[in-house]
Amino acid sequence: MLAATGIDLRLGAVDVLSGAQLCTRPGQVVGLIGPNGSGKSSLLRCLYGMLRPNRGAVLIGDQPIESLSQRSIARAVAVVTQDASADGIGITVGEFVLLGRHVHRGDHQSFTDEDRGVALDALELVDLSGFAQRNLHELSGGERQRVMIARCIAQQSPVMLLDEPTNHLDVRYQHEILTLVRSLEMDTIVVLHDLNLASRYCDHLALLDQGRVVYQGLPEDVLQGDVLEPVYGIEVRRLVDGEHTYLAFGPHAL
Amino acid sequence: MSAQLESATADPTQTKPNANWSWSRRSTLLALALISAVSVVVVIGLGPVGVAPSTVLRIIGHHTIGVPGVENWARTDDAIIWEVRLPRVLLGAIVGSTLGVVGVTLQALVRNPLAEPYILGVSSGASTGAAAAILFGIGSGLGAESVSIMAFLGALGALALVLALARSTGRITPSRMIVAGVAVGYLLSATTSMLILFADSSEGARAVMFWLLGSLANADWSTLPLGYLSMGAGMVVVFWWRRRLDLLALGDETAMASGVDPGRTRLVLVVVVALCVGFAVSLSGGIGFVGLAAPHIARRITGPIHRHLLPASAALGALVLVWADVAARMALQPRELPIGVVTGVLGAPVLVALVRKLPHNT
Repeated sequence: MLAATGIDLRLGAVDVLSGAQLCTRPGQVVGLIGPNGSGKSSLLRCLYGMLRPNRGAVLIGDQPIESLSQRSIARAVAVVTQDASADGIGITVGEFVLLGRHVHRGDHQSFTDEDRGVALDALELVDLSGFAQRNLHELSGGERQRVMIARCIAQQSPVMLLDEPTNHLDVRYQHEILTLVRSLEMDTIVVLHDLNLASRYCDHLALLDQGRVVYQGLPEDVLQGDVLEPVYGIEVRRLVDGEHTYLAFGPHAL
Repeated sequence: MSAQLESATADPTQTKPNANWSWSRRSTLLALALISAVSVVVVIGLGPVGVAPSTVLRIIGHHTIGVPGVENWARTDDAIIWEVRLPRVLLGAIVGSTLGVVGVTLQALVRNPLAEPYILGVSSGASTGAAAAILFGIGSGLGAESVSIMAFLGALGALALVLALARSTGRITPSRMIVAGVAVGYLLSATTSMLILFADSSEGARAVMFWLLGSLANADWSTLPLGYLSMGAGMVVVFWWRRRLDLLALGDETAMASGVDPGRTRLVLVVVVALCVGFAVSLSGGIGFVGLAAPHIARRITGPIHRHLLPASAALGALVLVWADVAARMALQPRELPIGVVTGVLGAPVLVALVRKLPHNT
């Protein structure tokens, strides 16, 4: 269980978060949505210690995050970050996934056969079993994102955070990645830009605006015109097709 | 790095049989270590006075473990091998290894393939210290090794300045480190030039220039143990944190998410490698290109994982430097070239060739 309450974060002269709160839900995917600059990525970074809030508390279980070592935090929380492009450094998929096991080994300890087994299983789970020897930079965007998720799986932390995992992916890969994330049934928080994806793949949504969570609830409750329009500043139309709700935006939408 | 490396960078997640890849990497590293060791023996015999490797081994055996037998070699050979060449080659080996390891470490810390041991401005500090000692006799009270000691103090001063600048706005990030290092480097290079101008001594300027370009000619038994102990300890610390380097090379957020505090790790490693460079420069001057070329060649052989890359780069650094020293003392004999000239002349084309073979998106 990972929970943040009353988070204030100031970066330079800018108040990025003010009183934000968010928590994981057992086995569910929580979507963090909001316009550009609303503080989504910053809030996510507070949740794994990358940023230290000026006020408020982040609790892992019942322990404050600042009382834990970075290694203990990583044992509880795995993250698909935006910076792990690994372009050009020549690392193989297998080597990359295996690095997820670092949290379970001392700095001086070599990886064991058990670690290699866990990494292999993780690759199998993301349907990339034959890819261990491939160079990471040779993979397509979608495959690479699955490798990032495999590294988190190999880390065996109960909570997974994903920072815009569908960025730069085409439609097919966007759906593939989020289907995979759902199938893992971990306590997950995912930052998403695309509200239609959020509607389809999240069990719960938190809407962030100017550094505070202005609305939380089921997707069908959050993805309403009267909730979204003041935050995004654009007209929203809803189209319900069976069990799915689709959104269209702009004055001439639908 | 490229498709050609795939056979060498084989599957690390293969539970069994993983003997193949382990063997191929282990045997590559073993071969490198062996070539370096054999090179050390061979190059000791090379120079204006040639000595056969077998005689070299017997002379070393006689001095170290007192190998019994008739001393059927010339006394001059004994003096040349034991007093001059062996310390020189041993210094070359440790300095070369250090530059190789420091180069790899800095490339990971700043995530830039152009990073090299002198990017931290530490060598410029050492040069300023050495120039002050050579030209103005500053620190002459420190004894026979005053130039080396002043060089080391200069390196420490530069490091303190770089850390103060890089940390002034919080955590040390790659770009802050590079900018601080380059700024301090320029400042101290200018100071060294000023010292040379004000000294107004062509002989002194020549001595400083020779020192700046690097040389192993000052190697002797009295300074070797300290050099080995300090640089060896630094390399052990870096190897201990080899996996942190793997993760830092992937990005600060990824490192953090994998349980590594990038700021603290970078700070500790910067201090360790800067001290290593300080020791290396104070004992042998500024030897360029080894710390840049050795990591790149090593990476092509072993791939990017530091468990293999660090020892490979250490072995290659030593190998390159001891052979460059042979060229330095034999190319224009009886005159000796500064070793930095040799490594520069040989290193530049090697580096260009390596860059041309990098993948297009690199």
